[in-house]
Amino acid sequence: MKAIIATTVFGIIMMFAGFMVSNKKSVVALASLLFVALLGVNIWDLMSTSGNAPELKYSGMLRIEHYSLWFNTLMTGCSVLYILLMGKEIQKVGMHVAEYFALIFFILCGLYILSTYNNLLMLFIGIEILSIPQYILAGSDKRNLKSSEASLKYFLMGAFSTGILLMGITLLYGAARSFNIMDMVGILHTDALNPLALAGIMFIMVALSFKVSAAPMHMWTPDVYDGAPTPFTAYMATIVKASAFFAFLRLFQVSFNTLSEHWTLILAIITAATLLVGNVTAVFQQSVKRMLAYSSIAQAGFMLFSILALNKFAWQGIIIYAVAYSVATIGIFSVLVKLKDYTYDGFNGLAKKEPLLAFAASIFVFSLAGIPLTGGFMAKYYVLQAVVQQGHLLWLVIFALLMAAISVYYYFRVIIAMYFKPGNPELTSEVTPMDKVLLIITCILVILLGVLPQIFLYHV
Amino acid sequence: MILLLLILIPLITGAMSFAVKGEGAKALALISSILTLAVSAYVSAANFSAPITYNHEWIPVLGTQFSLLADGMSSMLCLLTGIVVMVVMIAGVNKSVENPGAFYGFLLLSQAGLMGVFLASDALVFYMFWELALIPVYFLCSTWGGEKRIAVTFKFFIYTFVGSLMMLAGLIYLSTQSQGMSSYSWSDIVRAGSSLPPQTQQWVFWLMFIAFAIKMPIFPFHTWQPDTYEQSPTPVTIILSALMVKMGLYAVLRWLLPVVPAGVAYWSDTVVVLSVIGIVYASCIAIVQTDMKRLIAYSSIAHMGLMSAVAFSHSSVGMHGIMVQMFNHGITITGMWLMVSMVENRWGTRDMTKLGGMASVAPNMAIALVIISLASIALPLTNGFIGEFMLFNGLFSGTESNHVTVMVVAGLGVILGAVYTLNMIQKTAYGATAKMLITKDISVNEFVGVAIIIILIIFLGVYPKPLLDLTSGIAAMIVK
Repeated sequence: MKAIIATTVFGIIMMFAGFMVSNKKSVVALASLLFVALLGVNIWDLMSTSGNAPELKYSGMLRIEHYSLWFNTLMTGCSVLYILLMGKEIQKVGMHVAEYFALIFFILCGLYILSTYNNLLMLFIGIEILSIPQYILAGSDKRNLKSSEASLKYFLMGAFSTGILLMGITLLYGAARSFNIMDMVGILHTDALNPLALAGIMFIMVALSFKVSAAPMHMWTPDVYDGAPTPFTAYMATIVKASAFFAFLRLFQVSFNTLSEHWTLILAIITAATLLVGNVTAVFQQSVKRMLAYSSIAQAGFMLFSILALNKFAWQGIIIYAVAYSVATIGIFSVLVKLKDYTYDGFNGLAKKEPLLAFAASIFVFSLAGIPLTGGFMAKYYVLQAVVQQGHLLWLVIFALLMAAISVYYYFRVIIAMYFKPGNPELTSEVTPMDKVLLIITCILVILLGVLPQIFLYHV
Repeated sequence: MILLLLILIPLITGAMSFAVKGEGAKALALISSILTLAVSAYVSAANFSAPITYNHEWIPVLGTQFSLLADGMSSMLCLLTGIVVMVVMIAGVNKSVENPGAFYGFLLLSQAGLMGVFLASDALVFYMFWELALIPVYFLCSTWGGEKRIAVTFKFFIYTFVGSLMMLAGLIYLSTQSQGMSSYSWSDIVRAGSSLPPQTQQWVFWLMFIAFAIKMPIFPFHTWQPDTYEQSPTPVTIILSALMVKMGLYAVLRWLLPVVPAGVAYWSDTVVVLSVIGIVYASCIAIVQTDMKRLIAYSSIAHMGLMSAVAFSHSSVGMHGIMVQMFNHGITITGMWLMVSMVENRWGTRDMTKLGGMASVAPNMAIALVIISLASIALPLTNGFIGEFMLFNGLFSGTESNHVTVMVVAGLGVILGAVYTLNMIQKTAYGATAKMLITKDISVNEFVGVAIIIILIIFLGVYPKPLLDLTSGIAAMIVK
């Protein structure tokens, strides 16, 4: 796992760049370069592992599967896309541009651990490495009271949920006498299940639900996503969330699969609640940014389906969903940061003023709403199909589709504002040819995900 | 390969059209629509020997293939799509719209979607095109429609989208029920669906049926339709009423009746009753309308109601009648909308209380209106007659418990149809001459468009054999 080492080295390089490089533009250029290098390192990792047999590393603390590395590569790819689209906006957030990039590298370090952990302690460490930089990023706009509020809220709630996670791990250790997630499969039996283990599983489920903002542990999400500087919200809502899901799936698919009768129903109810809260509340928002926060809760509801699926399609589902959702959300956020006014009215008449921006935004919105031929459709399709394939919870699938229909209402309001309402939206910065090229590339990715999803599942 | 052309020509020209500035878009759209019509005519002609198929690997993991099939029913509907879109383009030659590139681009894209729906023989491909046909129409209505366009179109979109998602749930479920690997091909879906236990089929039926019922529309699901027809620009209204509603009926025939036969058998009484209620209800409302567009919108609900009632009455004559009537209804209603748009263009209103005297100022228009209206009420020797005759025959010979009652009540629709249609002719063509904005009879391009419609009306009324032959094998496929 050269990538884990690379992230730390690159993170430290960025921190040094903070006082060595004075020009903000060169900092962004350096960061972009390092992100591309990181993608290279990931591909190197991917190439150097051969075959499908998982490989144990670092005294069995990490177990490296091909699909985990593929997930890492895809998420790093999304991060590169994110840096290219958002680099200019990150510059504007505050003084310490280089440090923001350093923190993002550390988040990626956490992501790599979470996708390969083989030990509950590594899960804990991964979650912490993933979360702590986010607390800082959420509060990075120091002059803004809302940003500080977001940071504090996130930190307090995050610390609380980490405590619950630790508690769960402890109880589970008490029952299984091991931290190793593979060993647990043999020790925990469904017919004579130690109550300690059951309590442990519930605690872990609650803590991880918090991290992926599943209802009713979602309360922090809207405030944090709304308060944090927009470029960082884009990162938190996409790649970080996807990584938490991957960790969630890894534990429940590998260790607790045989115990599914004990937790499936609870998780199904959490899923239904998440879909309901996310979609229904999003309808009433006036700010697009806040709507996207609730929509990210709603999308989390769909991603939970992959955990309910309990079969090999779940991995395909989570990977395709993570990529499709990340690309589309990063895209729509990159349009959002260009606008002064984050309300729906702020989008009025965008199609007349910046046709390309509006076109790209509609493609991203189509994808989020799950319209066919976009990545979002295939993503929803894969996770729902995984559950139907398993042959249970059909009521939940139908419920989810009804909720998807509700989501069309609030997503399409963006399109209505852009295309059918008169207005002259104010932009924060000019749309450069480079932006346009990047947006077109992002659109092509979204369509590609919707037409040929299997090329993104090459290694699964 | 030839089938792929039917989708690709409108798709590519549609995408190109967005880049064309000014009036060039019209020419492009017209050429494209003529090409598509030529290809679909070729496909229909070739179909007398054997159905044409096209297969290509798509997403093997999901068990879905990009496969197209043109049998008699599909090629007949493709031919209809080709004719209607071409007539729309011809009639549009002397009309100016804002931003023609985008307008014609969206029209052609929706044509591509329609062709895909009619040709797809893989459920997932079918679903994709089903949605693809809807999106351009959403933009067309919301941008170029009437005053209340945004709210009305939004309602229409959400309505149909809910239906489609239910259908998707049904299709996913059916695909996982096939033996071995999951598969979406039509034959596997049919095999999987028809081997399900009857109780399961009964609820899968509703998952699929709601989508189709909204599209057709069948009685309690019809509320989006009159508003949307009224608010849409005429070319879009034509696409919606002549072609999109056929999507619903086509889907019932292709993707519902053979797929869940036990479910259909269980619910067909209910659907037939709903359809017949729809016929009488829509006809009654049509009688009191003063807006021509709303009148025709309601008459369309009545006509579709008759077809859907027959679709659920298990009779092979009836099925054959539906094939014929789908085509004829598409042709006739296109003619109706053309007349409405001409009236609106000349008099500046569609309100029948403010119209009159067309026969004295614009006699050619009046003649066309009368012929098309007579076809709409199924006078013998017009195309409507043969279809309607077969439909009632089908209803009568159906296996429904009370098929005679059903037929008699549905027959009321014909009488009421004559009432509102003749009333419309009377108010617009005769009486005191209302003030016109532009005093002009039919213009050249309108003449060409209407002439195509009228020739088809009379030709198929006198000699419907080609249409009957083309679709003769279909009834056997559906009614086992």
